[in-house]
Amino acid sequence: MKTIETSAGTATPDTLPLASTAVWQHNHVLDLDDFTREEIELVLETADAMAEVLTREVKKVPTLRGKTVVTLFYEPSTRTRASFELAAKNLSADTVSIDASKSSVVKGESLTDSLRTIQALGADIIVMRHSQSGAPYLAVKEVNSSIINAGDGWHAHPSQALLDIYTIRSHLGKLENLKIAIIGDIMHSRVARSNMWGMTKMGAKLALCGPTTLLPRGLDAFIECCQLPNIIVENRIETALENADVVMLLRLQLERQQSGLLPSLREYIEQYQLTAERLSLAKAHALVMHPGPINEGIEVSPDIAHGAQSVIEEQVANGVAIRMALLYLIAGGKNK
Amino acid sequence: MASALLISGGRILDPGQGIDKVADLLVSKGKIAWLGDKGTATSHSDSKTIDASGCIVCPGFIDLHCHLREPGFEDKETIATGTKAAARGGFTTVCCMPNTNPPLDSQASIDYVKKAAEAVGSVQVLPIGCITKGRQGKALTDMNELAEAGVVGFSDDGDPVASSRIMSLAMDYGRNLGLPIIDHCEDKELSDGGLMNDGWVSARLGLKGMPGAAEEIIVSRDISLAEMTGARLHIAHVSTAGSVELIRRAKQRGIALTAEVTPHHLTLTEERIMGIDLGKSERMVYDTNAKVNPPLRTEEDISSLIQGLQDGTIDAIATDHAPHTLADKICEFGLAAFGISGLETALACLMSLVHKNRITLETLISKLTIEPARIIGSVYGELGTLKTGGRADVTIFDPQKEWTVDVRQFASKGKNTPFNGCQFKSKVRLTIAAGQIVYKSE
Repeated sequence: MKTIETSAGTATPDTLPLASTAVWQHNHVLDLDDFTREEIELVLETADAMAEVLTREVKKVPTLRGKTVVTLFYEPSTRTRASFELAAKNLSADTVSIDASKSSVVKGESLTDSLRTIQALGADIIVMRHSQSGAPYLAVKEVNSSIINAGDGWHAHPSQALLDIYTIRSHLGKLENLKIAIIGDIMHSRVARSNMWGMTKMGAKLALCGPTTLLPRGLDAFIECCQLPNIIVENRIETALENADVVMLLRLQLERQQSGLLPSLREYIEQYQLTAERLSLAKAHALVMHPGPINEGIEVSPDIAHGAQSVIEEQVANGVAIRMALLYLIAGGKNK
Repeated sequence: MASALLISGGRILDPGQGIDKVADLLVSKGKIAWLGDKGTATSHSDSKTIDASGCIVCPGFIDLHCHLREPGFEDKETIATGTKAAARGGFTTVCCMPNTNPPLDSQASIDYVKKAAEAVGSVQVLPIGCITKGRQGKALTDMNELAEAGVVGFSDDGDPVASSRIMSLAMDYGRNLGLPIIDHCEDKELSDGGLMNDGWVSARLGLKGMPGAAEEIIVSRDISLAEMTGARLHIAHVSTAGSVELIRRAKQRGIALTAEVTPHHLTLTEERIMGIDLGKSERMVYDTNAKVNPPLRTEEDISSLIQGLQDGTIDAIATDHAPHTLADKICEFGLAAFGISGLETALACLMSLVHKNRITLETLISKLTIEPARIIGSVYGELGTLKTGGRADVTIFDPQKEWTVDVRQFASKGKNTPFNGCQFKSKVRLTIAAGQIVYKSE
C-alpha cells in the first residue's frame, strides 16, 4: 500500500505525489459501500493536507483551476452546500450553484434533463443533493460529469460519513475497535447508512439505537446479508451508550411525530435524549457528535450539545477539508 | 392464402383435454378441424403444412390481466401495439384492465375497446369492467349493463376497493352475473409511500417498503366477504407466501375463489432492484424496471407461489403487462411508475422454471390455457383448448430455442422490463388466433 506524507506543512495539494492516489478508483462518490479501507484512508490523509491549507493566511490553492464544480441541490441545505462551495473555491474551481428546489423543478424539468443541461454548460463535477434515494445513481448513467452525492433521500451521505470518521480519527487516532453509538431516527437517516459502511470498514463497532418505529424492519437482515461486521441494533439508549467511545445523535425530523411514528416528542425526549446523566454511561471522554442541524432540547440537551465533549462544530470545520479532498481526488484520480 | 393449415409433427399439449402426444393438427376456416396421428390427415389440396417437429403445440395462451392503456394512455400502449405484443408472446386472448382514461366503467367505453380490438387487434381482447364508477371506490358501476356489454369480470385494478362495505355490495349485487370480482389486494394505508418490498434491500437502499401484510390483509378481507356473499372472487397477482396460505385454506373451506400469479413474481426477487448481477462487487442501480406493484418479494415467497401453482391453490398465470413510456421509468426510483411490460417475455421466463424442474411443462401450459379459460367462463365460447370444432387459437413454441431479450424488438410500446438482456431458452415460433397467423418468428 502506498503511503503519503501527512504532516502539516510538508504536503500541500500541489506537492502531493501523483502516485499517492493510485489506490483511488472512483470517478464518482455515491456512497461508501464501494470504498476500500485504503481509499477511505487516502481521503483522510488528503484531508489532512487540505486542513493545512485552511490554516494559511490565503486559504487557496490552484489545484482545480479551470475546473467547473456545480452544486445542484434539490433539497434545502445550508452547511453541506456551503461546505462544498467553499471547498471548491479553496481549490480555485469555478463554481455554479443551482437551487433546484426553487428553479427547474417548478418549471417541470426532469432530473435527467437538468443534468444534461448542466453537463452541456461544462460541469466537470456535479455535487448533488436530492430527496429521492438513488437519484445520483440515475445521474451517473445519464451524464459524463463526475457525481458527488451530497445526500440522497434516506440512502447515503458519504461526505458526511467521511467527515465523521475524520473527526473521530483526529481525536482518538483511529477507529479500530472503538464503540460508536448512533442514536435516533435510523430509518430515515442517510448519515447512519453511510456510516454503517464507512465506520465498519475502518474497524469500528456500531450500536444503532432508536425507537422501533424508527428502525427499518429489514435492518438486521440488511446487516446480515451485506455482512457488515460488528453492528448491533439496540432499543435502549442506556445499553447503546455503555462504554461508547463516540455518541452520534441524529436529527429527529418533527414530521416523524406528526405522521405517528412517535407518540409524542415528550416521550422521545424521555427515552432518547442525550443528557449528562446518560452520557456518563459512555467512556469518560467520549465524543458527542451530530450531523446537524440540531434540535436542541430534543435529541440532545443544550448543555451537552455545547459541552466539553461536543465536537459538533469541529465536524462542520472538518467538512470543508474532507470535501476539498474528495474534489481533489475526483478531479485528479479520474481516468477518462 | 391457404384456407387450411396442417401443423405437423409437434408435441400437442392440451391439458384441457388431457392430450400430450406427438401428432398433427389441422386448422381450417378459423376452427380446429382435426387432430390425429402424424401423416394421417385427409390431404387438402390448398392446405399449407407447418413443420412443428421439436416444438410444443398448445392452445393459445390466455392472459387474464394486462393493461392495454387505451383509451387515454396511448403513449404507453394501444390496443394495436398491445395485442401485437400479445401475439408475439403466444397469447391469443387477453383480458384488459379498466384503469384507462376514461376508465372502463360504462357500456360506451366497453364498446369502444371491443370495436377498436375488432378493427386493429391481432388477438381477442376481452374487457374487464370497473367495480366502482370512475374507480373511485365509492359507488358501484352499472354491473348488469357492463355484463351485457361483454365484460368478463370486474376490477378496480391498480387500486383495491378500499371500503369493505362497497366490496361486499359489489359481491352481493354482482353475484348472479357469474363473473369474477377481481381484486388488487393492497391495504393502501399500510403500504402508503412504499416503493418496493419491505425487507433488507429496502433497508439498505433507503427506500420505503411495502410489507407483505398489506396484501394479505385485503386477501383475507376479500375471502371473508366472498364467504359471506357467495360471490366469485379472483385474487390478482398474488405475491406473498402468506397470501398463498390464506387462499389455500379458503379453498379447503370450499369458498369460490381463484387466483393468479405473474411471471415476474415467480422468477425475480427484491434483490433485482440492486442490479442484474448480484455479485458482491456489482454496483447497485435502483433499477426502475424492477419497480412493480405488488413488489418483487423474496426467494421464500417464490417457493410458496410455485408450490401454490403445483397444488392448485393458484389457478392461473397472468402477465399484469403494464407498459410505460421511457419518461415514466428513466427518472428517480421514487417517482418512477410501477409496472413491467410482460407479454413478450412471459413464456420464456416461465419456461426457465420448467428447465430448472421447478414446475412441470403440463402445469405451466394448463395455467396459461385451460385454467384461465375456466375463470373467464363460456360467454365467449370454449377457450383454452384444441377441441375439434372450437376456435383455432394455437401457439407453437420451441422449448429449446435460445435467445436474448432485446426490448428494441418489442412490439409493445412499453420497453420497461427487468429481463432486457436476459438469455432465455424457449421461444414462440407461431401464434394462430381464430385460424389466422398473427405472429411468426423470424
